[in-house]
Amino acid sequence: MHATTLEFTLLVALGSLLAGLLGSLTGLGGGVVIVPFLTLLFHVDIRYAIGASLISVIATSSGAAAAYLREGYSNMRVGMLLEVATTIGALSGAYLVTRIPTGAIAAIFGLVLLYSAWTSIRPQGDLSGTQHPDALAGRLKLDGSYPTPGGRLDYYVRNVPAGFGLMYVAGVLSGLLGIGSGAVKVLAMDRVMHIPFKVSTTTSNFMIGVTAAASAGIYLHHGYVDPGLSMPVMLGVAAGALLGARILPGAKVRTLRIVFGVAIAAIAVEMISKGVGGKI
Amino acid sequence: MAEATEQRNAHFAVVLSHLLRAGVILAAAVVLAGGVLYLMQHRGPAPLYKVFHGEPADFRYARHIVRDALSGHGPGLIELGLLLLIGTPIARVAFSVVEFAIERDWLYVFTTAVVLAILIYSLVSS
Repeated sequence: MHATTLEFTLLVALGSLLAGLLGSLTGLGGGVVIVPFLTLLFHVDIRYAIGASLISVIATSSGAAAAYLREGYSNMRVGMLLEVATTIGALSGAYLVTRIPTGAIAAIFGLVLLYSAWTSIRPQGDLSGTQHPDALAGRLKLDGSYPTPGGRLDYYVRNVPAGFGLMYVAGVLSGLLGIGSGAVKVLAMDRVMHIPFKVSTTTSNFMIGVTAAASAGIYLHHGYVDPGLSMPVMLGVAAGALLGARILPGAKVRTLRIVFGVAIAAIAVEMISKGVGGKI
Repeated sequence: MAEATEQRNAHFAVVLSHLLRAGVILAAAVVLAGGVLYLMQHRGPAPLYKVFHGEPADFRYARHIVRDALSGHGPGLIELGLLLLIGTPIARVAFSVVEFAIERDWLYVFTTAVVLAILIYSLVSS
C-alpha cells in the first residue's frame, strides 16, 4: 500500500482528530496517543513523530488555557515559578533525544503511557487545600484563593522544593517524548504541593504550552519538525479538542477514561516491546 | 488578597486569554493555508517518514522559513505557521513580565524574565 500525499494527510488528520477528541473528553490530553499512533500505525520515525506531537501539544494547551484563564482558577505565580523548572527540564529532555537510541525513547514512552493508563482508570480524588501556611511558599507569594459558590476560598502551598524537582522531571519527559506531561504537573501541584485540584489542572494547562515551546526550538533546529506531517496532526488534534469540548457536557467521562486507560495500556506494552526489541 | 489586586489579576487573565486564543487561531490559519498549498503542490505518493533524514536547512531556522513562506512554497508557509504557534506561549510569557512589572512584583519580573530567556535561548541557539 502506498498512499498519495492527500490520502496520507487525511488519514493522519482523522487519527489526530480522534486523539484530540478522546484527549479532550477524558481530560488526559491527546498528545499521549499521537506518537504511538504515528510510529506503530504509520511507521513514522519516532523523531518526526515527537516533533509533530509537540506542536499539537502547544496548540491544544494554549487553546485550553485561553478558555480556563477566564475562570480565575489559575495561579500565575505558581505557574511561572515552576516553569523555571519545567523549561530547564524541557531543554534537558530535548538534548537527550539527540543522544539516546530511538528504541530507548520508545520504551520510556511506553512506561509513561502505563502511568497515564493508571491515572485514567483509578478514581479521581481531590486532596483539599491545606490550611497551614508554609514559610517558603509565603515568601515566594505562592498562596492564593479560588472561586467557589460561597466566595473565594484561600489555600496555602507547601513543599515547594519537591514540587520544583518533580516539575523538572515533567519538563524532561515533555522534551524527551513530545508530550505535555500534564499528568505529572498536576501530580506535583495537587498531591505534593497541596494546591486544590481545579487550580492545579488549570495552572498546568497554561504551563504545558510554555514547556513545550522550550523544547520546540531544539526540535526545530535538529530537523524533527516536518511540515507535511505536523500540519495534519496539529489541525486534526485542535479540531478534535474543540469538538470534545462541545460534547463534553453529555459525555460519560468515567466510562471513557476506563476504556481509554485500557487501550493505552495495551499500546504501552506494544511501545515497550518494540522499543526494547529495536524495532522502533 | 486586596480587591484591587484581584481585579487587576482578573483583567490580566482576560487579556492573556485573548492573546493565547488569537495566537493559536492565527497560527492555525497560516498552517491551514500552507497545508492547502502543500497538497496542491505535492501530488503523488506520500513521503516516507520511516527513515529519519532530518529536515532540510530551510525548515530549521526562522529567517529561512520566512523567506520560503514568502515565496509561496506550501511547506514553508506551514513552517511559518508552526513558528507562530511556538511564539504564542513565548509572547504570553513576555506579556507576563510586563504584567508583573506593572504590579511592581520584582521577584516575579525576574522569575518570568528567566523563563523568557530560556525560551529565547531555545529558539535561537544552533
